[in-house]
Amino acid sequence: MAKRLVIAMNGTLASLFALSFGLTTVALFCLIWAISRGQLSPSGQGARVIFGAQEMGLAEDPAASAAAEAAIRGQSLRSAETDPRQDPQLLAELADRQIADHSSRAPVLAFLTSALVWLVVGSLLGVVVSAKFSFPDWLNGSAALTFGRLRPLHVNLIAYGWISMAAVGVALWLMPRLLRTPLHGGRWAVLGAGLWNLGVLGGVLAVLSGWTDGIEWLEFPWQIDGLLVAGGAMAAVPLLMTLQRRRVEHLYVSVWYIIGPMFWFPILFTVANLPGIHFGVEHATVNWWFAHNVLGLWMTPLSLAASYYLIPKVLGRPIHSYQLSLIGFWALALFYAQVGIHHLIGGPLPTWLVTVSVVASMMMLIPVITIGVNYHLTLKGHFGALRHSPTLRFVVVGAVVYTLTSAQGSFEALRSVNRVTHFTHFTVAHAHMGAYAFVSMVLFGAIYFLLPRLTGWEWPYPRLIRWHFWLATLGITVYVGAMTIGGLLQGFAMLDASRPFMDSVRVTLPYLMARTVGGTMMTLAHLIFAGHALLVLTRRGPQRQGAPWRPESQPQEVTV
Amino acid sequence: MNVFGLIAGSLSTIAFASMLLVVGPAVQLGRVPPEPGLQPYTEPQLRGRHQYVSLGCVYCHSQQPRDPAMGPDGARGWGRPSTPGDYAHDYPHLLGTMRTGPDLFNIGQRQPSPDWHLVHLYQPRAVVADSIMPSFPFLFEHKAAAAPGDTVVRLPPAFAPAAGVIVATTAALDLAAYLLSLDHTYPSRDLPKAEGARP
Repeated sequence: MAKRLVIAMNGTLASLFALSFGLTTVALFCLIWAISRGQLSPSGQGARVIFGAQEMGLAEDPAASAAAEAAIRGQSLRSAETDPRQDPQLLAELADRQIADHSSRAPVLAFLTSALVWLVVGSLLGVVVSAKFSFPDWLNGSAALTFGRLRPLHVNLIAYGWISMAAVGVALWLMPRLLRTPLHGGRWAVLGAGLWNLGVLGGVLAVLSGWTDGIEWLEFPWQIDGLLVAGGAMAAVPLLMTLQRRRVEHLYVSVWYIIGPMFWFPILFTVANLPGIHFGVEHATVNWWFAHNVLGLWMTPLSLAASYYLIPKVLGRPIHSYQLSLIGFWALALFYAQVGIHHLIGGPLPTWLVTVSVVASMMMLIPVITIGVNYHLTLKGHFGALRHSPTLRFVVVGAVVYTLTSAQGSFEALRSVNRVTHFTHFTVAHAHMGAYAFVSMVLFGAIYFLLPRLTGWEWPYPRLIRWHFWLATLGITVYVGAMTIGGLLQGFAMLDASRPFMDSVRVTLPYLMARTVGGTMMTLAHLIFAGHALLVLTRRGPQRQGAPWRPESQPQEVTV
Repeated sequence: MNVFGLIAGSLSTIAFASMLLVVGPAVQLGRVPPEPGLQPYTEPQLRGRHQYVSLGCVYCHSQQPRDPAMGPDGARGWGRPSTPGDYAHDYPHLLGTMRTGPDLFNIGQRQPSPDWHLVHLYQPRAVVADSIMPSFPFLFEHKAAAAPGDTVVRLPPAFAPAAGVIVATTAALDLAAYLLSLDHTYPSRDLPKAEGARP
């Protein structure tokens, strides 16, 4: 008790704190109320808005072969006895969707092809960085190749190059479909992709040369970050323009998960980058408030938007409880924004500040459980479809891991657990579970679904999709397994004052080596994926001519 | 729910979180004056701090000894729990979130020898056998003979070059100066008692 840091809380802060507690309690009661009113039962016209009038029960996966798609359909509500191509209303709706897809083609492909390049470069760098733990004198000839410069490059390339660009690309593709309106102002987004790429490239060169803002997740110099802000704003223009011209009354839950981050991310990124305002410990609080929100209010909602669309779409059945998905959204918006300071537990901060984040982290169980339950009930009885649908396989693995990793994160924020895991590789394992096994897997699945629709070209080699899936899944399993065990051993060694510090280094060595193996498998998966995507984009490779509703001819040009 | 409600709601949650986690700390911590015992950085120390930032030392080293309730940092000789006033001159902050290597907030007190730091930066394994820290030979020059004013790195024979000497560049000397400046063992104004500190 004696050595506690004494910083008194003033009146303003106390009232803020009380307000936070009050809101949290209100939110909890809202959930209880919703449950008691039977709001969680399957229902809701809203959930059906992503289907055509005659489309319910029809499975769809453009990445699957015709036979596989028929098999998925055998799993869904309606068997294949109805040929959808004979229903005139459905045909008209499908033509509309084709126009929607065509309208977003250029900006989506601009974002996705860039994302694939950054994915490959970023994961190769990750392997190099990982190997450096085992071979510390490797590539030590110049400052540009040292661990402390390549590591932030890996993180930033994956966060801003791969995940952000892929997620924005998927969002640009989703919005016209969800709003049944062709994408308006798509050229802005193409320009935005260009600026965003310039920003990422500029940031990479800056960090390599030693010019860095020096704080984690925000290494790119703020002068260069302006390009990302401008690029991101331009990508948001068509989303908002299309939203304004929408032809549906109801906004499907995926739209929420896209519109939210479009406002959140620019605010977060700008506030955290303001130069010369943040200082010392306060700089650290802003740093981690931002860094966790990159995952929580940017990558996560965009990935959830994709899962909320793709899981029902592939299965041909609406999401189980539509109300539940809305509770999940608002709980995430409220609580996720406050969790960041759990990265500084035990640090030189006022206790109230850390406690706010610990409480919010635990409250995150609400959206996480609602989302997990909802996905599970949607899939229930149809898990067999995973065998046949490549899209579903990726997305469902991602969705399941979302629940697991978020629950893990909530408990990791408890002081008793954090005492062990803080400052160790355990945190690195957790971060990769979130950014890779959840977010990246969902994005992979979305790209498998949308690329054939956008290009009118099937994935030529189903075997390569299987290789991608298994290498990525086994690779990340090895990665997370190794770093979790290694991190725990490291944490226990560090907590034991009778053991020398170097013990905490030595116990991790075999696990660090195993991590390099896992990372190499993931990188191989990405090379296969990128190569396969290149075949689709350049319209090469054999075609099976099987997938139903493939565009027979290009739709008429849509003016944007 | 209409578009307006969606956007307004989304902005409210982020505004609320920003009040709590950005404005709150800024109000409270922005006014914390430096600890009385804290020395401002000298020019070479600041340049060295810049090296520390640009070489990414923060990815493996924290600078925040914790309260004994959270871990045996004090028992390891890493110093008393740090306070916001200890960081008053720090921009960017270097608190760190990883301890692949030890905490460095008081490394200047634990390893007060410039020679040790230069050897350690040139080849960590020359002084810590199992270290997995990268070596930084690019901060040094291999010369046939030392010129006047050169700082020669006093390497153990097993790690010294067969011929000539290893000389520290300004960058290495600055970095070592910064590491030596990391000494926050003075008594704290904001801790009730400075029991955690080592003399």
